[in-house]
Amino acid sequence: MTSTSTINATVSHIRFVLGENPVTLGAAMLFAAFLVMAAAGGVLAPYDPLASDTMRALQAPTWQHWFGTDQLGRDILSRVIVAARVDIGIALASVTLVFAAGGLAGLAAGFFGGWVDAVIGRIADNIMAFPLFILAMGIVAALGNTIPNIVLATAIINFPLYARVARAETMTRREAGFVDAARLSGHRDGALLLTQVLPNIMPIMVVQMSLTMGYAILNAAGLSFIGLGVRPPTAEWGIMVAEGASFIVSGEWWIALFPGATLMLAVFCFNLLGDGLRDIVDPRRRT
Amino acid sequence: MRAVLLRLAGALPTLCGVVVVTFLLTRVLPGDTATYFAGPTASAESIAQIKASLGLDRPLPEQFWRYGVALVHGDLGMSLTTGQPVRAEIIARLPASAELTLCALILAIGIAVPLGVAAAVRQGSWIDHICRVVATAGVSLPVFFTGLLLVYVFYFRLGWMPAPLGRLDAFATPPHAVTGFFLIDALLARDLVTARAALAQIVLPATTLALFALAPIARITRASMLAVLGSEFIRTARASGLSGPTVVVTYALRNALLPVVTVLGMVFSFLLGANVLVEKVFAWPGIGSYAVEALIASDFAPVQGFVLTMAVLYVLLNLGIDLLNRAIDPRARRGA
Amino acid sequence: MMAPTTDVLRVEDLSVAFQTRGGLVRALDRVGFTVGAGQTMALVGESGSGKSVTAYAVMGLLETAGRVTGGRAFLGQTDLLATPPRTMARIRGRRIAMIFQNPRAALNPIRAVGKQIADVLLRHGGATRSNARDRAIEALRAVGIPDPARRAKAYPFELSGGMCQRVMIAIAVAARPDLLIADEPTTGLDVTTQAVVMDLIGAMARGSGMATILITHDLALAAERANRIAVMHAGHMVEEADTATLLARPRHPYTARLIAATPTAAGSLASLQSVPGGLPDLRQADRLHCRYAGRCERRQDACDAVLTMRPAAPGHAVACWNPL
Ligand SMILES: Nc1ncnc2c1ncn2[C@@H]1O[C@H](COP(=O)(O)OP(=O)(O)O)[C@@H](O)[C@H]1O
Ligand SMILES: [Mg+2]
Repeated sequence: MTSTSTINATVSHIRFVLGENPVTLGAAMLFAAFLVMAAAGGVLAPYDPLASDTMRALQAPTWQHWFGTDQLGRDILSRVIVAARVDIGIALASVTLVFAAGGLAGLAAGFFGGWVDAVIGRIADNIMAFPLFILAMGIVAALGNTIPNIVLATAIINFPLYARVARAETMTRREAGFVDAARLSGHRDGALLLTQVLPNIMPIMVVQMSLTMGYAILNAAGLSFIGLGVRPPTAEWGIMVAEGASFIVSGEWWIALFPGATLMLAVFCFNLLGDGLRDIVDPRRRT
Repeated sequence: MRAVLLRLAGALPTLCGVVVVTFLLTRVLPGDTATYFAGPTASAESIAQIKASLGLDRPLPEQFWRYGVALVHGDLGMSLTTGQPVRAEIIARLPASAELTLCALILAIGIAVPLGVAAAVRQGSWIDHICRVVATAGVSLPVFFTGLLLVYVFYFRLGWMPAPLGRLDAFATPPHAVTGFFLIDALLARDLVTARAALAQIVLPATTLALFALAPIARITRASMLAVLGSEFIRTARASGLSGPTVVVTYALRNALLPVVTVLGMVFSFLLGANVLVEKVFAWPGIGSYAVEALIASDFAPVQGFVLTMAVLYVLLNLGIDLLNRAIDPRARRGA
Repeated sequence: MMAPTTDVLRVEDLSVAFQTRGGLVRALDRVGFTVGAGQTMALVGESGSGKSVTAYAVMGLLETAGRVTGGRAFLGQTDLLATPPRTMARIRGRRIAMIFQNPRAALNPIRAVGKQIADVLLRHGGATRSNARDRAIEALRAVGIPDPARRAKAYPFELSGGMCQRVMIAIAVAARPDLLIADEPTTGLDVTTQAVVMDLIGAMARGSGMATILITHDLALAAERANRIAVMHAGHMVEEADTATLLARPRHPYTARLIAATPTAAGSLASLQSVPGGLPDLRQADRLHCRYAGRCERRQDACDAVLTMRPAAPGHAVACWNPL
């Protein structure tokens, strides 16, 4: 009963915020569209994204090929659509990974304090001592040039952010006193963490996830652009821009433009959505 | 002066951490390095032999010791593709990267701070809306893509800018090196033609980087300016009849700059990373493109040297930010 | 009767409203009072009664949400409410100055206090770049700060609250204004510092013939320091008289309640009573009638008529349909 009514209240609150804020609504719809692209890309793509046809190479956009064709005659629209799965997949995987690892580490640091806090803080500081994209480059170069390593590197460079947010939230909850109250009534630490603290820091962590999604995609695409991670002929937005780069100076703009613009739109959409979610969860931090 | 030394000492643990992480990164790939040296047809024995000759069969602590000693001597190893010591190449290429990054930073601050101030002073006006759009759109820009767009528009379409091929076009000779910054060196040599050429080359890459760095600076300037303008001491300044410019600049802006200076650390992290991508787009002969070329060739020593150099630079930049903060804020000065 | 004094400030029918999300807040409604040269006039009333808003409106410092919806405020011959902002900036600090509660937060945290005084001197006091520093040190000496040359280089966080308030006073009187508005100048300071700060304000006023508006929620402080007292309640002026008269023979029930709620040397703590009830919601449309009626035990049907200040005796005005 009560849970249904709180859910109803939450839903109506979200509806209110979205109604107030059409930009967030638009971003949410765009996000859904990207998710559909990522899930059903193969079905949506009008052509085989890997089929080359040198007779049709470097064609500007036409009614047959809305986004034109690349230097191998592949349909750019199909490649842009199919690439969504790779890019969004990498971003989602890395954000989920760091959500779990950074969230738990921050939770433990904030809850136990002492040496646990010190060690986790040290690790985070060590990561933050590097320019993050460059650390990601170094990690992928060292571990090997594969997609899982890109996911891992992106997760690692986001780790300090997540650990800090989770730690700060946990400390606020602990200071609020209800953890002590629960402890007095005989709950054990592990149970406390999971039942009392974790649910409370969840919303802010989810906001954090959506705020870093955009950055994760940018990061993955940037790594691919310089030749790390995803490799040709796989369709991926960063690589496609890299492939189009050499044609820009001779005027074949569409090869780089469409994947680049799609990438930009995706990142923009995630950032807007993140800002909107933050307004829903934490109206005080509105800017 | 003592404070500076203290800060420097405070940065030592961070530097040690950086060295340890970089070392660990190099040791994750010993197999690769040895295999690469030995060539594709090598047997297991010859790989082991090469491992031994590189010291890769020793226990980790000893390897770390050797690594540290080499670093102290400034030895970053040799590049396999060019056969040159990594240190020499990085030193030779560093000015190009520094010139680009600094130009971008100056450009970004020069636009973002006034924009953020104007947005806060006229909250809700059109300039405020521009500032918000810039702040959200700016962080969404993939620099390698915006760079290409600028090249297409300003080089291919309009022809206003030279081809994106490095620091100077093929016909110009680099100025006599004093600072390593072409713009400054050309001006020192009173060589206006070269200065112009160097300027033309750097405009697009610097703009690309600046567009990206602008967003966080504008956002934080606006927010902190708004907070300061609402504070009690600004009310006092107004109640004392101080003129508008005095209130906004001497009283509000100087206080609002404190968070801006702090956020520069993050901006540098972004800039140094984005720099790699922009160097690739514009064939800029800096250390970023050096690392990218080495990466493609699976030549790891330059990559490691590059990561370490960037990290050390970043630590030093953060130190500089800290000192700047103390210069502005007397509380930080007297507090510690 | 006392010798007539010239009015330094005459406020008439001042009304202020704030635009808020919850609607229009009518914070002030037809507030009027006068302050004579050399006089100290106290504005008293519980927190939220509109004392600060009155001061800000006169100074032209209302936040953007606040708007003067009517009235005049004459400083000499000038109507401050009709003065354009640029001109107001020249009047503020020069002819009319203000100090605030929480003096440390009211000073620029990253500017040496001597410089902050010099800024005002340069703007209004006729100081030049070359002598501004010396005159700032002089101003610090005048407000009784020991070792002023050294203190001029100090930052607010290095000074005690009392010292900061002295600096604030030095800033305020730097250009020898005709009127000083002191908004809760001693709230948050300890008792001995309070007395020192109030003595200093009094001495400054006597020295230059400056008029003072003392804003306070503390009737005892007002009784001790002011010649006249004006009582505010929920954005209305409810009673104004010279201090002795008001304390001895209050005519408004709210004033009487305030007096009963004020500890005096004579009364015992047990006889203290707080004013019952709270301030009314100022967002309702019709706010011209008595705003105290909801809390008043003397309320009658006549109280529904539009309220105005009326003379109760010479020099004693009250806004009540059923005065004591
Ligand atoms: N920024 C504001 N927005 C809305 N209402 C305000 C604002 N500032 C003041 N008010 C209204 O004016 C009333 C009087 O405030 P104030 O003058 O600060 O009281 P005090 O007598 O304690 O100085 C408040 O109770 C509030 O209703
Ligand atoms: Mg007040």
